[in-house]
Order: sequence, then structure tokens, then C-alpha cells
Amino acid sequence: MPWWFGFSIHPERASTIAAGVDHLHYFLTAITLMFTAIIFSIIFYFAVKYRRRSEEEKPPKIEGSLGLEILWTLIPTLLAAVAFVWSSSLYFLNSRPPVAALEIFVIGKQWMWQLQHPEGPREINELHVPVGRPIRLTMISQDVIHDFYVPAFRVKKDVLPGRYSSLWFQATKTGRFHFFCAQYCGAQHAGMIGWVYVMTPLDYEQWLSGGVKGESMAQAGARLFGQLGCITCHIPDGTGRGPALVALWGKPVQLQDGRTVIADEAYIRESILNPAAKIVKGYAPIMPTFQGQVSEEQILQLLAFIKSLGGEERKPAKP
Amino acid sequence: MSTVETSVEPRVHYLNADYGLKSWLLTTDHKRIALLYLASITFMFFVGGAFAVLMRLHLIEPTGALVQPETYNKLFTMHGVIMIFFFLIPSIPAVLGNFLVPLMIGARDLAFPRINLLSWYVYVIGATFTMYAVISGGVDTGWTFYTPYSSTYANTHVMATALGVFVTGFSSILTGLNFIVTIHKMRAPGMTWFRMPLFLWAIYATSMIMILGTPVLAITIVLLALERLLHVGIFDPALGGDPLLFQHMFWFYSHPAVYIMILPGMGVVSELVTCFSRKRIFGYSFVAFSSVAIAVLSFLVWGHHMFVTGQSIYAGLVFSLLSFLVAIPSAIKVFNWTATLYKGSVSYQAPMLYAMGFIGLFTMGGLTGLFLASLATDVHLNGTYFIVAHFHYIMVGSAVMAYLGGIHFWWPKISGRLYPDGWARFAALVIFIGFNLTFFPQFMLGYLGMPRRYAFYPQEFQVLNVMSSAGASILGVGYLIPLVYLIWSMRYGPVANSNPWGAKGLEWKTASPPPTDNFEETPVVSEEAYGYATDEIQSSAAL
Repeated sequence: MPWWFGFSIHPERASTIAAGVDHLHYFLTAITLMFTAIIFSIIFYFAVKYRRRSEEEKPPKIEGSLGLEILWTLIPTLLAAVAFVWSSSLYFLNSRPPVAALEIFVIGKQWMWQLQHPEGPREINELHVPVGRPIRLTMISQDVIHDFYVPAFRVKKDVLPGRYSSLWFQATKTGRFHFFCAQYCGAQHAGMIGWVYVMTPLDYEQWLSGGVKGESMAQAGARLFGQLGCITCHIPDGTGRGPALVALWGKPVQLQDGRTVIADEAYIRESILNPAAKIVKGYAPIMPTFQGQVSEEQILQLLAFIKSLGGEERKPAKP
Repeated sequence: MSTVETSVEPRVHYLNADYGLKSWLLTTDHKRIALLYLASITFMFFVGGAFAVLMRLHLIEPTGALVQPETYNKLFTMHGVIMIFFFLIPSIPAVLGNFLVPLMIGARDLAFPRINLLSWYVYVIGATFTMYAVISGGVDTGWTFYTPYSSTYANTHVMATALGVFVTGFSSILTGLNFIVTIHKMRAPGMTWFRMPLFLWAIYATSMIMILGTPVLAITIVLLALERLLHVGIFDPALGGDPLLFQHMFWFYSHPAVYIMILPGMGVVSELVTCFSRKRIFGYSFVAFSSVAIAVLSFLVWGHHMFVTGQSIYAGLVFSLLSFLVAIPSAIKVFNWTATLYKGSVSYQAPMLYAMGFIGLFTMGGLTGLFLASLATDVHLNGTYFIVAHFHYIMVGSAVMAYLGGIHFWWPKISGRLYPDGWARFAALVIFIGFNLTFFPQFMLGYLGMPRRYAFYPQEFQVLNVMSSAGASILGVGYLIPLVYLIWSMRYGPVANSNPWGAKGLEWKTASPPPTDNFEETPVVSEEAYGYATDEIQSSAAL
């Protein structure tokens, strides 16, 4: 294979948002080239035309020109306004995942990616997804800040320790695309890369059902729910010392201090690790912390279990 | 034009007024302190540059040609730390600013000469800590010290490096304070604010950023130390901290710090463009106030470094808008410099070549910033080589070009000698070509998706990496040439008269090199800056 193999000046374009981002990129490139060309040619033209012909030359005194100052303030302002409105509306659009997105969980750690499908399959540095379906990644880091980046999809989001972040994409063609860690994370940062395999829906179904038939994330969560003793207090009929978790997901929760919170990933994660932070109205602050006893992966499984107990459909999530 | 040297040789000036190491290490003469800084930051520049050369050599092969990934991570970290904190931030202010601020306003020295010397010692102490970290094994956090990697996970010399940065920050604060007081209180009779050379406006705006921004960096480093040494949970979520808090605090200083690096360069270019086209600056007040506007806005745009961190999209919107706004005063400057050439008498000595190179590269660096102010494109480009290319166009293509242009312009004043102009023009050309060949391919690499800080990379990125490395070798040679002929000129260069360029400005009305007290008698200013169109008789009335 020759060493220039694969050289290209354009990245692959394989998601629904990629074309929009590229068009803005072209617009900005055009502005950059245009202004650079204008400035370079004017400098060159002036430098030649007004070159010093004798040491005695006495150029005229020119103070400036208000008209020109206004003109060359307004033109960049106008172009900046266009770019700002264009890029911001595109960004808003790109930040909102569609309602029916397929959810996949991502855990970043020094120096590998662990990707977890709700149905059970777990992958390392590989992600299999179906083409033409919105995919939503819910991501968290086990140690330092990482960043999940798929150039072909034009998506990127930091993967933070201690809090969930998310991104979404919808692949438009099948194939194999690089994903990278784009936030420096230590010695093997450059090795924290992998492949997204975009498959036809049929292939994806086969891939999901093939291989070792493990338990789903919700099943694993249910098992943990018993092992960790959660079930002794969080009794489904609501008679326990802790609130029932049936049909809780996505619903508002009344707190002791009068506030109301939505039972989302962040709230449930916090309630497992730091139960005293938000006490549900009518319950005593007796739950012990599970900090250090559950891994990020297990928390995600518990989340999947609680989700499986029913609740609201995920609204078009606020980004 | 040029003043006739009346005194009989050997004339006493600041360089030969006193001899011996002590006369340098205990000097309070702003010109000698400027030379102390010049020697120190030149040393740091070549150390940082050597790291860059090793990095580029390493990246010729996709698997990494030279060192282990751990070592590569240390190379880019130490390159960044040294170049930013120990070269770029002090470069123009501490060398040219120190030398020129009193000369340009017609003063004998800065307001606090001993504090000025102190600031150099503080710089040296800071640099010593950081160099200790370098020699004893290095540091690998990236110059950005992102938590919790830097506070909990990195096991390299984070604290020694950070301590060096912390200490040297006080040097910036002292220098900035000195300049502000000096410009306010020590201007010669007749030197009103709007008669000041634009270099002083730029230094003034820079000093404001230095004294307002640097304390925040100091606080951030103290908090980092508290977490790293005493495990107080501030940034690490495992200890109850917030990892993004660090980034907010870090960029609150470090974005304005970009303007600490570029504003003085803009000031230098205003001096060069006017002198070598023998024209008053086009739109003086627009150029002056755009410096102030940049300084103010620079404190309000830090969030554009954090568009992909999960920061609220509404915060992203505000930071994006403000980042677009900061581009406008920069554009105004570029247009005014260009218009200054109109109907001028343009000559192309080496300093002017640097100035023209600056304008072109700054235009590109500024415009590629629009890709990063735009939310939607930033998502794709953030954290890639596009960022690396963009900020090198600003910090190297612009700031270093302006610094070298300034050094070449004022070298006859500083050393009393002329350098070979042919070599200087050749070096400027080599640097321009080498620079573009190094960094233009990196824009393309970033758009293709290559993340920065990768010790090895997929093969499809190799062609552009090889081009970049080839450019870096040219650039490296380009930087060595001036080092050679400038040192040569100190001994063998032709003696310079007091004003070899026919420039305006008070610094050219005293001898080269200036006497220790700068002026024989206090100059009186009776005309605006850049009065190239006025009669000689009028302008020399100041002497």
C-alpha cells in the first residue's frame, strides 16, 4: 500500500447533519478566501504602485475616511450576522435528538470506549448501528474528560466524569467510519479510537441476535436491584421505606423541600450516589450512599431497569 | 532628517555606561532590563522550538517515528507551556515595551524602575521552576492543564510546572502595572493621548488585560494545587468537584491572554506600516479604539472554547455572538493598515516584509476564527488540527512575525548597529514560506477530522502531516538565520545613525543607542504621531 493511500481533502459525509455543516463550512471558506484575496491583492497593488521611487518623496497627508470606516465596519458585521444566524439555527437543529431515537450507552475510560446496547451486547472500541435510524448516545466517563467524535457524522461531545452528556446522529450510508477521542486524556489518548459500523436494519438485527446471548441491560439492572438490596425498601406497591420506582421514569417528583424535579438520568444517578441531596416528599433520608459500590456500567444498568418499569415517553429532550 | 552625531567617539550610552555582570543584574535601566528579557525569552523560544521540531519529526510516520506516546505528550505540553507563558506573553511587552515605552513618551525610565527589575527576576524564578520540571522528566497535561486529568490522574511534574506559570504571572502583573502608571503619569509635555504612537495604545490595552486577567490564572492554579496536593474537591467529581469549573476559570484568563499576545503585535505593525510607507496611519482613532474594544470584548468570549463540553446551548449562543463581535475591531485594523499604504512611499526593508506578512497571516488567522465562533462548524472542528492551525496563524504567523518585525525595526536603536538587510529579507521570506507550509495543511487535517495531541494517527492523515513537517524544518531554519546575523551585527554591523529608517516618533530623536537617561533634555511634543507629511523643521523642534 503506498504511503499516500487514502489521501483526500474532504472527509466522508455519512450523517443527516453532515451536509448542512459542510455547506456552512464552504460559506465560511468562501468568505475567508475572498477577504484574504482582497487584502493580499490590495497590499500587493499598493506596494507596487506606491513603491518608493526617491528618498525625497513626500506622500500626502491622509487622515482617514469616516465613510470607509463605516463601510468596512458594516460589511464584516453583516457577514458575521449571517454566519451567526446560520450556524446557530443549524446548531439548535443538530442539538435536538428526534423522539424515537435508539439509545446506546457509552462509557469512556483510560484508554478505551465501552459501548452498551440496551438489548445486551457490549462492545469495546466498536459501535454497530443501523442505517437511517436516529441514534442517541448517553455518555459518561469513569475517570478523566474524554470526547466522542465521529468526523464522518460531524458530531462531537465531551464525555465527562460524574455527569451524563449526550449526542445523536442518524447515519445515511452503510460502511465503516472512524471515531476518535478528541479530548486529551493521557498516555494512550491517540489509541482511544475505534470504528462505527453502519449496517442495514436487517444486518443490524442479525448482529444483535447473534453472538453470545447475554442478558439485556434492564435484566442486569433488575438482578443488581435485588443483589444490592434496593428491593427491600423500594417495594413496587409503594409500601416500602423508599418510594416505589414503578412508572417513575421521566415524571416529575415532589421533593421534601418543595421543589419538583424530573426523574431523568442525572437525578437517578445522583439519588444512587448521593441520596441525601434530594429527598422525595414524605420519605425519610435513610438511604445509604452507593458511591464506590457500583460502577458506571452498573448505574447505567440500574437506569435501564428503572426505565423498563415504565413512565413517560422521552420528550424531544432539551439539549 | 537624521540627526548629526555631535559627540566625539566613544560616546557614552546605555550599553557602555557601565561594564560587568553586576551592572546588568542590578540595573534599573528599562533598556538594559529589556535586553535581559530579550536574552531570556530568546533562550526559551529556542527550547520551545526544539520541542516543536521533535514533534514534527515524530509525526512523519503514522505510528510515530521518534518517541514513545508518553514522551510525545510531554513534548507538546512543554512546547505549549514554554511558548505561551515564557515566550509569547512576555515577548513584545517585556522586550520592546520595556525598551520603548519611556522612549516613545519622552520619559527617562518607567515609573517604577526597581519593580521593573523585580519583574524580570520573578520571570526568571518562574522559568526556573518550569525548566526544573522539564529537566526532571517533564509534564504531560497539555498546556491547558484540564482537570481532573491534571489534578488527580497525571503523574508527571504538574506542580513544578504550574508553580512556574503561577510565579511568572506576577511578572506580567508588575510589568502591566508599570506600563499603565508610566503612560498615565510620565508623558512628555505635549504628548497627549491622541498624539501617542499606536504601539502605546496597544501596550496600554495589553497591560489592562494583564493586570485584570492574570490574577484569575493565579487563583485557578492555587485551586488546582489544593486539589492535587490536599485532595480538596474542587474540580474532580470523584471528590465532589466540577470538572468544567476549571475550564471556565482557565479560559477566563487564557482567552484574554491570546490578546496579550496579539495586541502588542498589532501595535508594532502600526509603527512599521506608517514608517515604511511614510504615511500617517489611516483612521488613527479607529485603530486606537479597536485595541480597547478588543481588550474589553476579550473577557467575554471564553465560553467559545467550551461549545462541545455540554455547556448550555443558550450560553453557547451568547458566547458565539460575542466571539463574532470581537472579529470586527480586528477587521477594522486590517483595513486601516492596508489603506495606510494608499498613496504612500512604500519601501520593502525587512521590517516592512514582516509587517506585510503579519497582515496577510493575521487576516487568515482571524477569518478561520469564524469557523470556530460558528457553533455548528465548531462542533466538527473543535479539538482537531484546525484549532492548532488557527491559533498558530494568530500566535506565530501574526504575533511572532510582528515581534521579529519589531526587533528588526528597533535593532539599530537597541544595538546601535545595522544588520545585513539582504539576509534579513531572505529570512523573512523563508519564515513566511515555512510557516504556511507547516500550518496550512493543518487546516485541512482538522477538517478531515484528525484530533490534536495524537502521538500516532490513522494512515490517511500521513500526506498532510509530512507536508507540515517539511514546512516546520524550513521554518526552523528561518528562525535561526536572524539569530546568527543579529548577534553578528552587534560586533561587526555598520554603526547606525540615530534614525536609519527616517521614522517619526521620539525614540528616533535620541541617539542610537540612547544615553542612559534617554534624552539630553526632556522633549516637547508639538505634533501628532506619524507626521510624515509635515516639514522637517517642525518635527525636529522637539529635540
